[in-house]
Amino acid sequence: MTRKLQSTTKSKAPAFVAVALLLLLWELVSLSGLVPRYMLPSPVDVGKAFVHELPTLGSNLLVTLQEALYGLSLGIAIGFVFAVAMDAFNILYRAFYPILIISQTIPTVAIAPLLVLWFGYEMTPKIVLIVLVTFFPVTVGLLDGFRAVDRDAIGLLRSMGATKWQIFRYLKCPSVLPQFFSGLRIAAAYSMVGAVISEWLGGFMGLGVYMTRVKKAFAFDKMFAVIFLISAVSLVLMMLVNLAERKCMPYRYLSDKQK
Amino acid sequence: MEKLEVHNISMAFDGKKVLDNVSLTLREGELVCLLGVSGGGKTTLFNIISGLLLPDEGQVFLDGEDVTGKPGRISYMLQKDLLLPYRTIEDNVALPLQLRGMKKKEARIEAGKLFEEFGLEGTEKLWPAQLSGGMRQRAALLRTYLFSQNVALLDEPFSALDTLTKASVHRWYLDVMERIKLSTLFITHDIDEAILLSDRVYLLTDGHTDVQVEIKEPKPRRDDFALTPAFLAYKKEILSHL
Repeated sequence: MTRKLQSTTKSKAPAFVAVALLLLLWELVSLSGLVPRYMLPSPVDVGKAFVHELPTLGSNLLVTLQEALYGLSLGIAIGFVFAVAMDAFNILYRAFYPILIISQTIPTVAIAPLLVLWFGYEMTPKIVLIVLVTFFPVTVGLLDGFRAVDRDAIGLLRSMGATKWQIFRYLKCPSVLPQFFSGLRIAAAYSMVGAVISEWLGGFMGLGVYMTRVKKAFAFDKMFAVIFLISAVSLVLMMLVNLAERKCMPYRYLSDKQK
Repeated sequence: MEKLEVHNISMAFDGKKVLDNVSLTLREGELVCLLGVSGGGKTTLFNIISGLLLPDEGQVFLDGEDVTGKPGRISYMLQKDLLLPYRTIEDNVALPLQLRGMKKKEARIEAGKLFEEFGLEGTEKLWPAQLSGGMRQRAALLRTYLFSQNVALLDEPFSALDTLTKASVHRWYLDVMERIKLSTLFITHDIDEAILLSDRVYLLTDGHTDVQVEIKEPKPRRDDFALTPAFLAYKKEILSHL
């Protein structure tokens, strides 16, 4: 255990040093006056702004996070239904797969204003947008997973008299977990970004709304503070997905000793 | 009555005849080998016997009942163990019981009774990735046995194992078979393996099973059977037909 801890500290040390050096460089540049302070606040300024704005950031974060989680859950559910239907009926796969791909070439920022027009300034347009960006990686992940299931394993279960439903339940569903989690990791990150973008275009609360407000006030220190907060929260979401992955698939994380 | 009867099976893919009027029988408790070159239609025949594939012509009878094209009666085991990586060993071998509608808990208890018999005690809670190749094949055989105590089809089950592991698996296999008397149809391309394990050997050449060799050596067979003149005589006879 200690050995494992040592090796992870060792492997992550270069990244920590690099980040620290970058922050130091940034601090020096802004202290030296090369760039005006109001345009590039120093990391210390950003930290101060963060602490000062914490209550406001917190209440806005709750709104954004709520949207992101609603959207993500719905996105997963819809992605699951799509993937199962498209896997079960090849005609659906051939009909909708191209549309699915094309739908992803439409820039989110372009449809967000439309959604606001259609659904208003409340939570609905935000959730719709997040669903649109999150269901795709989930659908594609699941579809790839379903198609990667070993034909021989399907044959084996059939020879044991398994019904289609049993093959789905005992073979396809559990086999698809690795691809599902890869998709989910991406979807989780998208959900946060999607929530912020949708808030830019209209709303009353949320980190995106806060961002547009501080941008108009040229409060760049607060701007940086909220950017860091968003990426930190995205990271936490992805870590939660990793944690869930380890919990659901302990057999993929056997240590050498267990082998 | 014969346990399993395969009657005049013919099968062609894209106009190419893979199986041409193949017939064979398997008696109660017998171990019969089907010996032939790789890609010679052996696996196609197994898919037909297990009901996954409908033959162009011919029938399969299990205990006198026509089971042609009806999966769920005769299961098979492949060279790939096909243990599901996300199920522990006990849940893997208990899968056929669950498919039959048994509750997970009961299925585990039922399967657990046979772990010692198959030399698998202590592996119940392990994942397939934690077992050696030989042990995985043991688990796969137990799963096949739990599906049906009737007839088992084994498709080159031990051919992916290295020679040393194979020797110990053979010893284990003969030992287990001595006790459970499972009627078995066994595909192999290894002549020594066929002579060592089986009561009768069918040669599958060009889609025919015209030649049959009976291995009269009494069971249980000992390891040194493979070194006796009798063994070599069988080998010579089989080679002369190929």
